[in-house]
Amino acid sequence: MTPPAAVIKDTSMLKQKEMISGNYRKLETAVADGRKVAATFVPGNLNELIMCFDMLNNLPEINAIQNGLRKKTGAYIMEAEKRGHSEDVCTYVKADLGMIAKGNIGPDGQKLPDPDLLLLSYTGCFTFMKWFELLREHYKCETAMLHVPYQGDGRISKNMISYVVKQLREEVIPKLERVSGVKFDIDRLRENLARSARAEEDFVWVLESAKARPSPIDAYFGGVYYIGPIFTAFRGTEDATLYYRLLRAEIAERLAAGQGPVTPAGDMPAERYRLVVEGPPNWTSFRDFWKMFYEDGAVVVASTYTKVGGLYDQGFRHDPDHPLESLAEYCLGCYTNRNLPSRVDLIEQYMEEYQADGLLINSIKSCNSFSAGQLLVLREIERRTGKPGAFIESDLVDPRYFSPANIKNRLESYFQMIDQRRGGGKSVPARAA
Amino acid sequence: MSTPVTEIITVTEIIARCQALFDDLNFTYAREWKAAVPGRIVVGYMPFYVPRELIHAAGGLPLGVLGGGEQLEVIQGDAYYQSYICRIPRSTIELGVTNRLDFVDAMLFPSICDVIRNLSGMWKIMFPKVRSRYFDVPQNFSDGVGGTFYIHELTELREMLAEASGRAVTDAAIRASIALYNENRALVREVYAFRARQPWKAPSAEVYLLMRAGMVLAVEEHSRMLREYLDAAAAADRPRRDNSRVVVTGAFCEQPPLNLIKSIELSGCYIVDDDFMLVNRWEQSDVSLDGDPVANLAQAYLHNSANTSAKYEPDPAQKGLYLVAAVKRTRAEGVIFASPSFCDPALLERPMLQRVLAAHDIPFIAFKYAENSGQMQPIREQAGTFADSIKLWSTP
Repeated sequence: MTPPAAVIKDTSMLKQKEMISGNYRKLETAVADGRKVAATFVPGNLNELIMCFDMLNNLPEINAIQNGLRKKTGAYIMEAEKRGHSEDVCTYVKADLGMIAKGNIGPDGQKLPDPDLLLLSYTGCFTFMKWFELLREHYKCETAMLHVPYQGDGRISKNMISYVVKQLREEVIPKLERVSGVKFDIDRLRENLARSARAEEDFVWVLESAKARPSPIDAYFGGVYYIGPIFTAFRGTEDATLYYRLLRAEIAERLAAGQGPVTPAGDMPAERYRLVVEGPPNWTSFRDFWKMFYEDGAVVVASTYTKVGGLYDQGFRHDPDHPLESLAEYCLGCYTNRNLPSRVDLIEQYMEEYQADGLLINSIKSCNSFSAGQLLVLREIERRTGKPGAFIESDLVDPRYFSPANIKNRLESYFQMIDQRRGGGKSVPARAA
Repeated sequence: MSTPVTEIITVTEIIARCQALFDDLNFTYAREWKAAVPGRIVVGYMPFYVPRELIHAAGGLPLGVLGGGEQLEVIQGDAYYQSYICRIPRSTIELGVTNRLDFVDAMLFPSICDVIRNLSGMWKIMFPKVRSRYFDVPQNFSDGVGGTFYIHELTELREMLAEASGRAVTDAAIRASIALYNENRALVREVYAFRARQPWKAPSAEVYLLMRAGMVLAVEEHSRMLREYLDAAAAADRPRRDNSRVVVTGAFCEQPPLNLIKSIELSGCYIVDDDFMLVNRWEQSDVSLDGDPVANLAQAYLHNSANTSAKYEPDPAQKGLYLVAAVKRTRAEGVIFASPSFCDPALLERPMLQRVLAAHDIPFIAFKYAENSGQMQPIREQAGTFADSIKLWSTP
């Protein structure tokens, strides 16, 4: 039997890997080092602000993802269900609670510190609120709630900005000061935001490189790596700025050379299908899932999941001149905080600008914030663009809800449907395997 | 004093009217109410809370849209949702696409969960001619922060309603509406208190139907009905059973089938408190009639409203104590967690509430349902066993 080929990693990937493990190392030694820890979420992540208080950022969602990639979450979820959590609710929550119940050993095998503050950024997902109430019950630590109103009418009003800014001033910052013992310095925040904006420029350039044919990136499976630093504990750091500069240079080279994306199996040989994907990926079978695409020459040219921690490609940049207002606007603008018509408009825009052949929805059992309404999204996009859509179902980190044969079957049928449409509705002979 | 026979007939008549309103998924009452006077509007709202006073002050009828229940066959609505999403949005869509809500001028989608939130956007796409609004409420309860935000939200809603009705929504009109709803809420509280005192005289299915009528009827008419019921039920001679007294919680959005409520009672439990229709008694005491009426509604929301899992509890020491208080207030002997399948707020909250109850030695059981659940035998067995265990094992 031939051993599996080694996964090809770019310099930027290695850099990111070092950043992530570096953050886990800091978390592991936080108590010994006298560092305070804030736990928070990806959408509405206030990393620039947290850094102003010399606190470390621990993201339970990311822990669940990392554990999912390492196939540890199945046991954690069962542990949480054994302890009374419903089989119906979010598996990120249960993976986190199960991990805590089993000793709070982080994805890299070391114990995670108890947070000193739960920074509950209630952005685009109702479950976040309950999740941190559950964590608060366990850790008995201080909680700062930042309620981010939903864009029900598809716009951000002055009232919303003012509400979020007031909460930052009167609730979040005082609690960060109290827990960390560090006084808030707005100039420090401005510096962090300026670095964020520089990274955001390069990040957007990378995402938009997918407009080229062939696309030099996969904006979903590759995209989840690209969003890593900017969505997590690194936005506003010099490391993140360097990472995106490096990434941009790598992608620029691929673009100039007319190359397709890098996949775990190496360079993708030919681009046969250009897709827009809505919804998060499955993490427990991430590689297998990705393989189903690249083996058939399917490239994701734009995805909505890579906008869950900020919609930078629509022009938003963190603004050092208006620091708190800018943080408010950022939180309000995250993808799942936009109403369904805005989400449909955005996907339609991606379909056109990225010359996509169709829309694929990966509907996630755990995530009503994404999933409720997706069948209407699919219909609307098909109606507006005339392009075929497809719908598959899986879960974030619950391996029980990933059915490879079923998904592969659906994807193959979908690719055939795209072929048929290209052939003017006539059937196209099956491709050689 | 009237004879018991006359009173029983009166209760029967009242409940028969409520049942007819409950069964009528064409909302004939609301249609006729609207048609009776030109310029009237009907504003639909989903659970759990909207400020009905503003709708009333705009000359509107607030219409509670609580899904299709067990009567409605959902055909088209299922095409919009995956199997792992609760039933109320699909039956609500079914009501919409089958034109049962075609007389509704505006729809409000309160901030309860991601599913109802996203349904607000679906409504905008599917029914573009109907005004629809996601109605956000603050999770920050400081006057200057959440309060200011909420006053703006209420003001925007007031403007939308004025536009829909074509008439100004004046402060005086809002005050008058608040007074009517204060009266209604006081009567609702009285019905609940009456049932808690003498549950055998106010069976839960009756109280449920009575409260459901408040989702449809004009507030003045509903208040009249509540008064009549209180008189009639007090006078009725009904046998007292040796049932256990329970609080039912978790059913604040998608409603349980009526048979489920009957089954709980038939299995040996008197329901002495519930959260079926929180909007009926959201404000816990009268909203002030002095000064700025919109600010008064905001104050009531921030400082004087019911607790539910869709609301953040800023003080961890207070978490879940509202349920313990309900148990003590109603002298309940246990709690039944009855939650709709796939209901994020109720199911995520449940373990926290259960731990609070356990810490106070309050027994509980839990099960799930859907609004169209048909099999009641397992519920009856579970609730019956619970009732027996309370009788056998609880400390008197």
